[in-house]
Amino acid sequence: MMSEGSSFMKGMIFGGIFCLIMSFFETFNPGTHSEGHNHLHHHLKPVSKDELQKLSESQMSEFAMQVRVYCLIMVTPKLLVHWATANDTWSKHCDKSVFYTSEASKALDAVDLQEQDEWTRLRKAIQHAYENAGDLHWFFIARPTTFAIIENLKYLVLDKDPSQPFYIGHTEKSGELDYVEYDSGIVLSYEAMRRLMEVFKDEDKCPERGRALWKMSEEKQLATCLKYSGVFAENGEDAQGKGLFNKKSVSSLISDSISQNPGDVVEACCSDMAITFAGMSPSQIQVLMYGVYRLRPYGHDFHDSLTFLPPKDSDND
Amino acid sequence: MISPHLLLFCGILLGFVFVQQLVYLRIEGRTLTPAHILSSHAKSHAWNKKADLVQSLYPRVRVLCWIMTRPENLQKRLQHVNATWAQHCNLVLYMSSQSSDFPTVGLNVSEGRSQLYWKTIRAFQHIQKHHLQHADWFLKADDDTFVVLENLRYLLSQHDTEKPLYFGHKFRPFVRQGYMSGGAGYVLSREALRRFVQGFVTGRCTHFSSLEDMALGRCMEIMGVKAVDTRDANLRETFNPFWPDKHLIHKDNTKKQDSLYSYYKTKLGPECCSDFVISFHYLRAADMYMLEYYTYHLRPFGYKYRFNPHHHQNNTIEINQTNTQ
Repeated sequence: MMSEGSSFMKGMIFGGIFCLIMSFFETFNPGTHSEGHNHLHHHLKPVSKDELQKLSESQMSEFAMQVRVYCLIMVTPKLLVHWATANDTWSKHCDKSVFYTSEASKALDAVDLQEQDEWTRLRKAIQHAYENAGDLHWFFIARPTTFAIIENLKYLVLDKDPSQPFYIGHTEKSGELDYVEYDSGIVLSYEAMRRLMEVFKDEDKCPERGRALWKMSEEKQLATCLKYSGVFAENGEDAQGKGLFNKKSVSSLISDSISQNPGDVVEACCSDMAITFAGMSPSQIQVLMYGVYRLRPYGHDFHDSLTFLPPKDSDND
Repeated sequence: MISPHLLLFCGILLGFVFVQQLVYLRIEGRTLTPAHILSSHAKSHAWNKKADLVQSLYPRVRVLCWIMTRPENLQKRLQHVNATWAQHCNLVLYMSSQSSDFPTVGLNVSEGRSQLYWKTIRAFQHIQKHHLQHADWFLKADDDTFVVLENLRYLLSQHDTEKPLYFGHKFRPFVRQGYMSGGAGYVLSREALRRFVQGFVTGRCTHFSSLEDMALGRCMEIMGVKAVDTRDANLRETFNPFWPDKHLIHKDNTKKQDSLYSYYKTKLGPECCSDFVISFHYLRAADMYMLEYYTYHLRPFGYKYRFNPHHHQNNTIEINQTNTQ
């Protein structure tokens, strides 16, 4: 009896020590440096206010230089009103915003991809954006039914190195695949885009047109191609763990909160630093524009370490 | 008899897995905290730390908010008012025909549109009798109005409460100097409140109409109380008689309905409303929480607002967001 017990105990101790040694080794391995850890982590948060304050002037300048965003807005003539709304509102806050359409419309300008297949269109848009990125290192893909607060997007990726692969948004799971949900916006770093360019060349791993028999949605196609390149989806969250990318509208989230958290509706609902909302009507978007960029209580000032100036020639922000 | 080798093996496996779980939990950190586990005490906005100007105005510019309501709206509306903007008042009174535990003050009136002005008269008489020195300014609002108290204090801090003044969204008809919309909320100075009550004592003001806001406006004019222009430095309205969409959305083919009523030339679209807006009206519960979220919570990191009555020089790095298409 005793020898059985002691064998077991010896085994446990040995197994435990072995495991500790292995994980110790892993953290000190230069290959899995803290950036690598982030990718396994699946949750991505902005830099904390305390850490921001500790940064030097030159570090701040460096971050400011690299946190510029190229917005790819995927439109179709059917979504003309939303297209016009996005054009008139949040897209003005991108450093560069380009509308990619399935077919040209007389009413608004866009890059005409002349492509009806959603996935192929996305691929072409990504290729175009990569080639025209200039010195922009972050890419944001959205439909015009999404509303994005680009300043908060910049805050989220402020201290993240775009020469590392990042693929961020509201993550969902489909079997073994973690993917970023399309409607709540997709963020890609320059390195993630570069790897996509590479894997696009592989017709087996990443076919240009989805296989006819088993059509995956374009968001999952994207996730699959990225996964082949070693890029994994990460959920964008604030310091309290609240999601920053929302696939519902503000009113929908508030209604949910009223029924689920009647005692603390607003606190429980949505993050102060929210980045996206989806499924909003053009009117709701105009009101949100006012709510984000203008409406505030007198005397509440923030003294953030970075200042983003308002865009030129705009009257609604 | 179980083989000791097997036991050893099981031990190794179990030990390994057990420690791995511990290590995993430490490295991965806590998973998403359920959003509903939060403090239940009164508003503690994470960013209130720098609200120095607000702190100095709250005790100096005391506002008594009285909210016009009725017994059936207790559950439907009042709880949302109470959960949101009413928290920012120095003192809140809910005025109804019946008193209740909510708490509401029961006025000696009955309910119905025809009774609205009686309610207003009784409410102000009650306030003048019991609370005249408890506040500096006296706000009347409906139970479907949303008020940003900080912006109201900013406006009122520029005036003297011992002067006969009255503030709100000015309408043109019926009263020469204009009268303030009831739904958008209006504010009386202490002297204005005294004169209103005095008007009924002396009979100079009477219940000549049940149109509460217009009738009160007439009494204000009779008693020499001035209807103040409450537009901001860019001539944008602060008190608004409708919900945000109705003011902010400008569609080319809509006729400007309220331009017939508004004293000042109404603008629809982004120029309608001040950044430091004071009120909106005709709001459902979800709208109240939405406005609460937009006003006190949701914000763009580092954004330099265009409208800055007092510009602060900060030692920060400014970034131009250039939009090239």
